[in-house]
Amino acid sequence: MTIAFPKPDEAVLARRKEIIEGLGRLVAPEALIVSEDERRAFETDGLTAYRQMPLAVVLPSSTDEVSAVLRFCHEHGVKVVPRGAGTSLCGGAIPQPDAIVLGVAKMNRVLDVSFENRTARVQAGITNLGISQAVSHEGFFYAPDPSSQLACTIAGNIAMNSGGAHCLKYGVTTNNLLGVTMVMLDGTVVEIGGEHLDSPGYDLLGLVCGSEGQLGVVTEAVVRILRAAEGARPALFGFASVEDAGACVAAIIGAGIIPVALEYMDKPAIQICEAFAHAGYPLDVEAMLIVEVEGSGQEIDDMLRRIVAIAEPFRPKTMKVSQSEAESAAIWKGRKSAFGATGRVADYICMDGTIPTGQLPHVLKRIDEIAKSYGLGVANVFHAGDGNLHPLVMFNTNVPGEMEKAEKAGEDILRLCVEVGGCLTGEHGVGIEKRDLMTCQFNEADLAQQMRVRGVFDPLWLLNPAKVFPLEGRLAA
Amino acid sequence: MTTHLPRDEQDASAIIRDASEKGILLSLSGSNTKAEMGRPNQTDASISSAALTGVTLYEPAEMVISARSGTPVSEVVRTLAGKGQELPFEPMDYRPLLGTGGEPTIGAVAAMNLSGPRRIMAGAARDSLIGVRFVNGRGEVVKSGGRVMKNVTGLDLVKLMAGSWGTLGFLTEVTFKVLPKQERMVTLVLRGLKDDRAIEALSQALGSPFDITGAAHIPARNRQGASTLIRLEGFSVSVDYRLGELRRLLKRFGGSTDILEGRGAEAVWQSLRDATVLTDGAGRAIWRVSTAPMKGPDLTKRIAEALDAQWFYDWGGGLVWISTPVDGDAGASVLREATQALGGHATLVRAPAETRSAVDVFEPQGETLMTLTKGIKASLDPAGILNPGRMYAGV
Repeated sequence: MTIAFPKPDEAVLARRKEIIEGLGRLVAPEALIVSEDERRAFETDGLTAYRQMPLAVVLPSSTDEVSAVLRFCHEHGVKVVPRGAGTSLCGGAIPQPDAIVLGVAKMNRVLDVSFENRTARVQAGITNLGISQAVSHEGFFYAPDPSSQLACTIAGNIAMNSGGAHCLKYGVTTNNLLGVTMVMLDGTVVEIGGEHLDSPGYDLLGLVCGSEGQLGVVTEAVVRILRAAEGARPALFGFASVEDAGACVAAIIGAGIIPVALEYMDKPAIQICEAFAHAGYPLDVEAMLIVEVEGSGQEIDDMLRRIVAIAEPFRPKTMKVSQSEAESAAIWKGRKSAFGATGRVADYICMDGTIPTGQLPHVLKRIDEIAKSYGLGVANVFHAGDGNLHPLVMFNTNVPGEMEKAEKAGEDILRLCVEVGGCLTGEHGVGIEKRDLMTCQFNEADLAQQMRVRGVFDPLWLLNPAKVFPLEGRLAA
Repeated sequence: MTTHLPRDEQDASAIIRDASEKGILLSLSGSNTKAEMGRPNQTDASISSAALTGVTLYEPAEMVISARSGTPVSEVVRTLAGKGQELPFEPMDYRPLLGTGGEPTIGAVAAMNLSGPRRIMAGAARDSLIGVRFVNGRGEVVKSGGRVMKNVTGLDLVKLMAGSWGTLGFLTEVTFKVLPKQERMVTLVLRGLKDDRAIEALSQALGSPFDITGAAHIPARNRQGASTLIRLEGFSVSVDYRLGELRRLLKRFGGSTDILEGRGAEAVWQSLRDATVLTDGAGRAIWRVSTAPMKGPDLTKRIAEALDAQWFYDWGGGLVWISTPVDGDAGASVLREATQALGGHATLVRAPAETRSAVDVFEPQGETLMTLTKGIKASLDPAGILNPGRMYAGV
C-alpha cells in the first residue's frame, strides 16, 4: 500500500449534509446514494487493493442531470470522480472521501444506428459489448475489445483510450471514435465531432480520448461500427527460446502480414493457463505464439499456410493450426483466462507497459531478474504485434510485506519499459497506479504542458484530481 | 523578413524563446509548398524546418519510423518502400492543386493531418502519428507519445499537434507507425451511376466484409461518364476472391463494370488523393468537405442549386471535394449553410489571399469550442507568436 491519496478537504467533509441536500434537489431520490452500505459498492474499482469511501454517489439518467450535478459541484468546490463500470485496473475510478462519484452506468441506451454510414450513437454508460450486440444482427461489431468488454462502459473506454487483443488491425478507442457529447465542470454541454471524419479545428476528440475523466464527463458517443470478417482462425506455435519466438514475429510482419491478433505467452504463463483451461498448450517450450487471421475459409487457409512456412525456419517445437471452432475456442480460452488462471495460483498485480518489440528477449530476461530479486514469480503475456506487455507479478497477500514487494517489482519493470524506449502504460491508463512514475517517462516541461492543457478544462482541479499527475507541482493553466 | 533555419531542437528553442520574450510573430514552415493555405497572416519573421532533416529511427519489424520534421515526404516514402512498407494513410500532396514546387515535408503531414483515400480503412495521419517532439510558444521542448504504437501514458498532445497547422508548436521530430505495402491492388469501377446511387453502392461495399481501402465517385462531366471506384488491396489470392464477391454484391446496381490494375489504377488513385480530378481551371476556389457519407449527395445537391460547382466524392461519400467560382465569398455561405444543416465541416483549401482573409477558411466553431480553442492556444503559446491567425482570427 504505497500509493498516497491527497489529504481530504475538511471543509468539504464538514458540509457533507448540505452537499447531499443540494444534490438531492437535482436528481431523483434513487439516483443519489448516501448510506455507508450502498456507497461501499463504489469504494474501489479493478485495483482492489486501494479503497476510499466517496462522500456520495450520483447516478444520473440524462445529460441534463449530469450538467446540473457538475454545475453544482463547480459552484460548491466539490471534487468529482467520474465512473463507468468501475473495471479500471489502474485505479482510475477510485473515489476520494471529499469527492462525489458520478456514475454514468444508468445511461446505457443505443440512440441511433446507421449501417449505411457505419456509425452508432450511444449513451456513454452502455457496455463495450453492448454496442457490438446491438449491431451484430447485421453482421457488424464495435472493434476495440478490452478483456473486460462484458462489463466495461464506452465512457470508461473513452476515458482510458482502451485497447484490446485485436488493435493491431483495428486500432484502439481513439481510432474508432467519431464524436462525443461532453459535460464540462461548469455544466456546459459541448458537442465534439459527429458522424463525419476528422475535426475542423484542434483535435479535441483526440485530446479527450484517454484523458482519464479529467477534462469532462462524456455522456454520449458516436463510434464507428465495422462489418465483421467472414471468419477467423488461430494457429499456435511453441518455440525453444524467447529469441526464436521474437524473430518469428518480426518475420511475419516482414513478410507483409498483419494478423488480426498476435499473442505471446512465456513459459510460466503457458503452464498456469494450461493447468486451468486444458487448451492443449505445449508445456515443453519457452515461448508460445497465438497468431489469428481473418477472412473467408480460403483466405484463412492461404494466410495460415504462409505463416507456417515463415515460422518453420525458427524450428517451432509445436505447430498447431486450428481445424475447428472447438479447437479455436480452446486456443483462445487459455490466453483469455490468463489473468483469472493466475489468480487461482497466487495474488498478482498486472502491469501494462509497452516496449519496442525488438527488445523482448532483453526485457523478459530483466523482468525475470527483477522478480527474483524480490523473491517473487512472474508470468508474461504480451501483445507481440504492438509491444504491449502484461507481466503478472505474483505474490501472497497473507505474507506481510509481499504486496509492497510486488508493487516495487512492478515499478522496476515499468521503469525498464521506459528505459528501453517504451512507455508506462499501453492500454490500462495511469490512474493512481502509475501516477508517481510519470516523472520517469516525462520531464518537467512535458508534464507542465500536459497540465496546462488540462487546466483549460478544469482550472480548479476538481475532476478526478488524485490521478495521472504527481500530487506535487501541479499547474492550473 | 528574417527566416530562421534552426539546425537542431536547442536552436529552435532559443529562437522561439527569444521571439516570445520580444513579441516577435513567427510564421512556421517546412518547404513552403502550402504557404498559400489557411488564413493569410502578418508576421515579423519565419522559422523553417528546412535544416531539420533525416530519418532518425526506422525499425521495419516494429513498423515504426521517426524523422526530423523537415525531412522530405519523398525520403520517408522511399525509405519505407525499401523494406516493402508505406505510410498507411496515403498522405495527399497539395502541390498540383496549388501549383507549387519544392519538396513537401513530413512535419507538414503531421501538422496538417494530411490523409488520402485509405483514410477510411487505415485512419488519418493523426491515427498513425504516435509521437512528436516540438517547441511550444514558450520556447520549451516538449515531447508527447513515443515510438511504441500502444501508449496511453498522459494527455494525448500528439493528437492536439496533428492538424493544428503550426499554431501550437514548432514540430521538430515526428514518429509514425507504418504498415506493409500490399502485394496487389485492384479497382472495381462501376460506370454511369448517379451520385445518390453511387454512394449507396459505395456504402454497400464498405459495409461488406471485404476490406475496401478506397471508395470514390466521380460524377459525369462533359463527355466523360460517371465512375464509381472501389479499391481492394492484399495478397493476390485474397484480392481475386474479394473482387468476385464484391461484383456479386454490387450486381444490382447494374451498368457496366471495369477492372483497373497496375500503373493506370495507381494514377487514378493519385488523382483522387491529390484532388486533381477537379479539372475546371486554376482560377476556381476549392473546398474540402467532411460529412457523414450518405449525406454527401444531399450536400452537393444543395450546393449545385446555388453555385456553378464541380465535385467528386472520396471516403465513400464522406469527403467531398468541390470547386466553386472564386468571386464573392467563393461559395462560403452556401457551403456553410449545407454543413450546418447536414453536419460536417468545410475547409477552403484554395482561394486568393483576399478571399481567405475575408471568409472563414475553417468551419466556424460554436462559442464553447472557440473558448476551448483559445484556451488551448494560450496554454501552449501564451504570447500568441506561433502562426497567429492561420486557422482562426485571434488564435
